[in-house]
Amino acid sequence: MNNDTLIPYIGVVTDIRQDTPDVKTFRVVSPDGGKVFEHMPGQCAMLSIPGVGEAMFSITSSPTNKEFMEFSIKKCGCLTTWLHAMDVGQQITIRGPYGNAFPVETDLKGKDLLFIAGGIGLAPLRSVINYVRDNRANYGDVQVIYGSRSKDDLVDYQEIIDEWMADPNIEVNLTIDNPQEGWDGHVGFVPNYVKELNPSTSKTVLVCGPPIMIKFTLAGLKELGFTETQVYTTMELRMKCGVGKCGRCNIGNKYVCKDGPVFRFDQLGELPDEY
Amino acid sequence: MLKISLDKLDKLFEAISASQTLYIPVDREDGAAEYKKYESGMKLSSALNTLRSAKDFFFPQTENLVDFKMEGKNIEVIDVREESEDFVIFGVRACDARSFTILDKVFLAEPVDSYYKNRRDHGTVVTMACARPAETCFCGTFGIDAAAPEGDAACYSDGESLFIEAHNEKGQKFIDSISSLLEEGDTAKLEAVRAKTREILKKLPLAHLTTDNFGGDKLNEYFNSDKWGELSESCLGCGTCTFVCPTCQCYDIKDFNTGHGIKRYRCWDSCMYSDFTKMAHGNPRLTQLERFRQRFMHKLVYFPANNNGEFGCVGCGRCLSKCPISMNIVKVMKALEVK
Amino acid sequence: MQEAMINRAKQLLADGAVNRVIGWKRGEFAYDITPAVFETAEELEKEFVYDDFTAANVSKYLVKESKKEGKILAFLKPCDTYSFNQLTKEHRVVRENVYIVGIPGGPKLDAEKIKAKGITGILGVKNENYTLKIDTVYGEEIMPFYEAILDKCATCKSKKHVVYDELMGEEGDVLDSNRFDMVEKLENMTAQERFDFWRDQLSKCIRCNACRNVCPACTCEKCVFDNPNSGVENKAPADSFEENMFHIIRAFHVAGRCTDCGECSRVCPQNIPLHLLNRKFIKDINSLYGEYQAGEDTTSRAPLNDYKQDDCEASIVHERGVE
Repeated sequence: MNNDTLIPYIGVVTDIRQDTPDVKTFRVVSPDGGKVFEHMPGQCAMLSIPGVGEAMFSITSSPTNKEFMEFSIKKCGCLTTWLHAMDVGQQITIRGPYGNAFPVETDLKGKDLLFIAGGIGLAPLRSVINYVRDNRANYGDVQVIYGSRSKDDLVDYQEIIDEWMADPNIEVNLTIDNPQEGWDGHVGFVPNYVKELNPSTSKTVLVCGPPIMIKFTLAGLKELGFTETQVYTTMELRMKCGVGKCGRCNIGNKYVCKDGPVFRFDQLGELPDEY
Repeated sequence: MLKISLDKLDKLFEAISASQTLYIPVDREDGAAEYKKYESGMKLSSALNTLRSAKDFFFPQTENLVDFKMEGKNIEVIDVREESEDFVIFGVRACDARSFTILDKVFLAEPVDSYYKNRRDHGTVVTMACARPAETCFCGTFGIDAAAPEGDAACYSDGESLFIEAHNEKGQKFIDSISSLLEEGDTAKLEAVRAKTREILKKLPLAHLTTDNFGGDKLNEYFNSDKWGELSESCLGCGTCTFVCPTCQCYDIKDFNTGHGIKRYRCWDSCMYSDFTKMAHGNPRLTQLERFRQRFMHKLVYFPANNNGEFGCVGCGRCLSKCPISMNIVKVMKALEVK
Repeated sequence: MQEAMINRAKQLLADGAVNRVIGWKRGEFAYDITPAVFETAEELEKEFVYDDFTAANVSKYLVKESKKEGKILAFLKPCDTYSFNQLTKEHRVVRENVYIVGIPGGPKLDAEKIKAKGITGILGVKNENYTLKIDTVYGEEIMPFYEAILDKCATCKSKKHVVYDELMGEEGDVLDSNRFDMVEKLENMTAQERFDFWRDQLSKCIRCNACRNVCPACTCEKCVFDNPNSGVENKAPADSFEENMFHIIRAFHVAGRCTDCGECSRVCPQNIPLHLLNRKFIKDINSLYGEYQAGEDTTSRAPLNDYKQDDCEASIVHERGVE
C-alpha cells in the first residue's frame, strides 16, 4: 500500500535550547541524519509522542537550513509539557509538511518586507526571515519589529542579537511590555511601537502573535495607510489530520491545515468570524 | 434485464458469500435493521433502511491507524494496514449509495486516505431501489432517484423477481460471478412498480423541499442569520445526528495505551461536541449555537462551495427520526429560507 | 388540554407573571416535537403543542433557563416534576425563577413503535378512543394506542406531581408500578446470561452521548468523559471494556439521584434499554436502605449521601456476588 500521511516518520531530537522560561526550541533530524522532509517557510508539521498526544507546530527553521528542522514550542498543554521535560536523544514522531506557505517565491519576491511578531509568534516568521536573509537579493528592504512581555520572553534572542542585528541588510526593532533592569531598548506594546516607527506603506507585512496583538496591530497598520491585501498572517486552530479531512479546523469553506495556515487579511475577511 | 425469483434470494446470497464476504440488512430483535455478515438462513430485511448508515463499511466508527512500540528514547512505527478482503454490500438504498460519492470527495481527494481507499477498492456496492419510501425521505431534494439507485450494480424488485443491472465494471464482475443463477426477464411489471414509486415520492410531505436557496455563495446570507439561536436552543449537543448521518465524516485521532504498546486509532467525531475545536489556550466555538451552525453551514454552504455545488446531505431522513429533540436539517432549511 | 395550556400561558405572559414559557413546538410531522422556549402569545398560538407525542422532559433545560432574567413558565408532567425537584435539591435550578404548571402526563406515544409495525409514510396520527388512526401516503392504518406507547410510560411510576405552583387537570396518584419486572428478570439470570444480555445491548452503543446529555441527573459542568486528563475520555469505545464501562460508570454517577424519568432509553438511537441499569440501582437502594424515590421531595437525605447506624454493611457487595 502507498504511504499514508497519517503514518508518521521518526525524528530524533538532537538539541534542546531553553529560549525563554516557557519556550524551548527543539532540533529534529531523521534517524539517518539530515532532514526528515523538505518544507517552505510557514508550513507546519505534526509532532507527537505516542500515547501522550499529537499536535501541529510551525517549522521555525528556514528551508535553507539543509541539516535539520527546528520547532520553538511553548509549554501550555499535555504534549508540550512532555516535550519540555524530555532529553536530547529522544525520538518523536513527525509528519508533514502541512499547509500552504508564505508566498516567498511569488507575491513576496522583490517586495519590501516588514515582519511584526509578538512572543512565540516569532516562530513561524523566523523561518521566513532566515529564508529571506539567505536569498537576500530577491527582496527589498527588510524590517523586523518584535516584542515580548520581557527581555527573557524574547524567543531566539541570541540569534537576533548575534545574527539579525549584526546583519546590515535588515533592520531589527525590539520592544518589551514593561521596563526591566538590563534593558535599554524600547518599552511598549508591539502595536504602539509599529505606529511609532511609522513604516512605509510600500512594505508587505507578515504578522504573527497573540490574537489580541494581531487585532491591534492590524488596526494600527490601517491607520498608517496599509491595506488588508498587504498584510499576511498565520493561523492556529485545533487540528488532527493535517490534510483537510478530519473537519476540525474548518472555517467557512477553508481548512486552516490545508488552505492555510497563511492567509492574507482580505482573504480572512471573507471567512466567517470563527477563529 | 437479468433477474432472479425472489424466493431464490437464499441461493443468490449463498452464491455471493461463497466467493466473498457478503453483508445484507437484517432485522434486529428490536425491529431495527442493521447490516450483518451473511450466514446461511439470514433473511433480507424488508425495512426501508438500516438504522446506522452504510458508511461504516468504508469509514468505520473506530479503526486502528498505526501502532507504536516505545522503548527508552526510541519509537518504532508499525504499519498495521492490511489489504482488505473483497466484500459485497447488498441492499444499499439510493441515499446511502450517493453518500459514498460524497465521502469519496473527501477521502479520495489528495492526499488519498489509504485506509478508506483500501476498503472502497475492495467493496462492491449493490443497491436496492426503494418501493415504500417514508415520510422522512427527501433524497429527491438532492437529485437522487430512489427508484433508480446508483452503486456498482443496482437491484429492483417487482414483487416477484429481483432484477439486477451493472453500472460499471465492478458491478459487471459481480453479476458475472452469479450469472448462472440469473435469467433474462421481462421488465414490464417492474416499470409499473417504478412508476408507482415515483408517484409516491411526489406525494411525500418533504417532496417540495429544494436546495434552491442554498449553496456555496450563501455564506454571508446565513452565517449571521438570527435564526440560529432559536434553532439550536434545545440542542443537547449530543452526536446522534452526526453518527447516524451517512455523509458526516469528521474524525478524531487518539492514542490508546494497551499496556504493551500504543495504538493510534481514528474514530468518528462530531462538530456538535463541546471539545471539537477546543485547544489548550481557547475555543473558537464556545456555545452550542456555533457548533450547531457549523454542522448545517458545512452541509448546505461550505461543502457545496468546495464541491461544485454538491450538498453534504442525501436526504436519508435518519436525523429526522433519531434526533432526541427532533431538530434536523429540514427544519433548519425551512427556517433559514424564511426572510 | 393544549388550548387550555396556551390560554393559561398567554395569560401569565400578559400579567407579567412570567416572561417566557418552556414547552413543546410542532414539527414537520405528527411526532417530531422539539422542546422550545416561547416568548410571545403569537409564538404560542402558532407553534405550541401538547399532545400524545410531547414526551420530552423539559426539566433539564431549566438548569440554564432558570438562571436567566425573569420568571419562566414550565409545563411539567408528573415524571418531569420528579426531575425538577431533584435538580432543586441539588441546587441546579433556581426554584423562584420557575412558575410550574403541573399538567397531566402520558402515556405518550413512540413513533418508532408505530414504524416498527411497518407503518410508513405517516402523514397524521389520531387517537380515537385509544385506537390510533394513522393517515399515510399508502392509505389509513390502525393500531391499538397501547401498543405504541413509550417504554417509559408503560412502566409509569407516578401520576402525581411532586412540585407545582398550579395544576391543570386532575391530580393522579403514585402508581403501583411494574417497573422492576425486567430488573428482576435480569437478576434471575445466571451471571453469564446477564453478561451476554448486556454485551448484546451495549455493543450497539455508538457513543453519541445522547443518554448523558438528555439526563436531568447529568448536569456536571465538566463531565469526566469529556475531560482529557481523566484517562476515560473517549469519543468511541476503544474496546468492549470501555463500551460497557461508559454506561455502567454513568449509572453509578446518577445512582440515588436518578428519578427514573426514562429519557435515556427514549432518546437512545440504538434502542438500548439503558434505564434498566438505573432501575437496578433504584431497586437495590430500596431493598438495602429502605424505599426511596429520588425527586419525591427536596429536603430528605438521599440514602447514598447519608449515614445511619443501621445501614447495611459494605460486605453486602461481596455476599451478593457469590452465586
